[in-house]
Amino acid sequence: MNKAYFEILRAGVNTTIQDKGRNHLYHVGIAVSGAIDQRNYILSNRLVENQLDEPVLEFAYQGPLLKLRNGKINFAISGDIFFKIIRKNLEVEEGECYKSYFLDEEDQIDIISTKNSTYGYLAVNDGFDVEKTWGSYSINTKANIGPNNGKKYSLNDKIFIKKIDIKSPINKKINFDYSTDSIIRIIKGTNFDYFSKDAIDKFFNEDFLITNLVDRMGIRLKGPKLENIKNTNIKSEGLVRGVIQVPADGNPIIMMSDHGTVGGYPKIGVVITADLDLVGQLTPGTKINFKEVSLEEAQNIFKAYTEDTNRYLNECN
Amino acid sequence: MVKNISNLGDAAVYCDFGSEVNETINSSVIDYFHHISKLIKDKKIEGITNLTPSYNKLIISFDLAITNYKKIKYFIEGLTIKRDIKNNNQKIKIPVCCDDEYGLDFLRLIKKLNIDKDKILEMYFGKEYFCYMTGFIAGMPFLGDLNENIRCDRLETPRLKMPKGSVGITEQFANIYTFESPGGWNIIGNTPKKIFDDKNLVQPALVNPGDKVSFYQITKEEYLNWNE
Repeated sequence: MNKAYFEILRAGVNTTIQDKGRNHLYHVGIAVSGAIDQRNYILSNRLVENQLDEPVLEFAYQGPLLKLRNGKINFAISGDIFFKIIRKNLEVEEGECYKSYFLDEEDQIDIISTKNSTYGYLAVNDGFDVEKTWGSYSINTKANIGPNNGKKYSLNDKIFIKKIDIKSPINKKINFDYSTDSIIRIIKGTNFDYFSKDAIDKFFNEDFLITNLVDRMGIRLKGPKLENIKNTNIKSEGLVRGVIQVPADGNPIIMMSDHGTVGGYPKIGVVITADLDLVGQLTPGTKINFKEVSLEEAQNIFKAYTEDTNRYLNECN
Repeated sequence: MVKNISNLGDAAVYCDFGSEVNETINSSVIDYFHHISKLIKDKKIEGITNLTPSYNKLIISFDLAITNYKKIKYFIEGLTIKRDIKNNNQKIKIPVCCDDEYGLDFLRLIKKLNIDKDKILEMYFGKEYFCYMTGFIAGMPFLGDLNENIRCDRLETPRLKMPKGSVGITEQFANIYTFESPGGWNIIGNTPKKIFDDKNLVQPALVNPGDKVSFYQITKEEYLNWNE
C-alpha cells in the first residue's frame, strides 16, 4: 500500500517540521531550532496520543492548505488558530483548537490564519515520516538541516505520514485557555551595566512594540532608544534563546530558536525560560513591558510552568 | 582558567576567562570545552545541552527541567583541567583562489591599507592561523591572528549575500563563509573546499576550535576543477 501523505495545496508563510530542538551543536554554529512554543507543541502531540517528542508541523500567520492522500488519520491543532476541515464531499466544518479530529482520505485541512498568536502546531497520530538529523527532526532553514532538505515547505511538496490507516478516531480535548500576557519577565543580562541609568529606567518602565521584523531567528522591538554608555560592541560570544541584545541603534532584539550562535552586541537581559513560549507567540504591533526577576524566582516560575503543562497533559481526555 | 562564573538567564552558565583575545586565554576555553564535552559524552554530568566556546568565554546551556545553575556552577568549580595536547587539534590546509572575480574587496583594501595586492597576499598566505571559535553560521571559523599590516574594519554597509566559500578578513581575524549569508567582512578570495559537511554526522565542521589553519593559493583553473 502507498504511504499516506499531505499534499500541500498552499504552503502558508513559514511551514516547517519542528520538535524539541537539536542540542550539542552550538559550538559548530548550529542553533537549537525546535518549536517556538514548546508547550503548544507538546499539547498537540498529546491530543493525538503521540509520544510528546514526535515532530509536528509548525506554521506562522497563515498556515498551509493540506490534502490527505492514501490514508486516514487523526490530527489536532494547537495555538490560537482559525482553521477549517473541508471534507471530500465538500462539507466544510469549522475547526477547534485543542481537539482531535478524524481525517479521511481526500479531506483537506485549511489553516486560514493564526489569531492572537504567531505560531500554530499540527500533529498527526503516530507522527510524520521524516528523517532525523543530529538527534532532531527540526528544520533549520538557515543551515539547511533537517527534513525537506532543511527548507520550509512549498506548494506541491508532500509530507509523508507514518501511519497508513487508523482503526478508530481519537476523541481528545484539552481545556486550554489561550491567553497572552504583555509582561515579559527577564533576568539581568551580563552587560546590564553597559546601559545608562536612564536606559535602565526606560527598559523597565516604558512600552516596547513588537515590530513586524519577527521570525524564527529573532524579534526586533521598537521603543525608547536604550543608551549604551560603555561600548556598543563586545567580543563575540555565545548566545542562548531569550537573550536580549541591544545593537548600536538602541533597539532591542530577542533571540529566538534559529538565532546565530554567537553575537557581539551587549546583552541587557535574558527572557526567563517559562516566558519563552509566550514571547515567541507575540504578534507584531503588540506592546510589551519588561519586568526583572531573580534567578531563584525564575526557577520557581519554571516549576509552576512545568506543573501547569503537566496538568494540561493529564487533563487531556 | 575561569575567572568568573555567572548566570546567563536561568538556563545557562557564563564562564568568563578574561577580557583579552589571545591564544593563551582561548586555549584555556577550548581545554574546558573538550574536557566538559567528554564528561557529557561519558554521562558524568546531566542536563547540559550545549557548550559554546568563543574567544574568551564559554557558555554552558542546560535543561532547566533536569538541572539548575547552582549544580552546574558547582560542577565547573570542581573541575581540574590539564592542558591536553592530544585534543585532536588538527593542522588544516585550505585552498583559496584570489582572482579578482572572487576577491571582491581588493580595491577597497589596497586603498585603505595603502599596499598592493601581491603584498596583501604574501602577508595573508605567509601565516598559520589559530581557530578561536566556530559559529555565527554553521561551521564558520574565526581565525587569528592576521599580520598587523593587513588589518581593516568591516564594510560600512554589509553585503546582503556573501557567496558561499568567500574568504574574508576583518580586524585581526580571517574567516570563511560556509553558506551564502549576509556579511560585512572584506573578501579576498573563495575556497572550493567543503568547510561544512552536513552529511558528516560526527564532525560536520572542517575547522574546529583549537585547530591550526593555513591557506594556499590556487589558480582559477584549479578552482573550477576542484573535486572532493
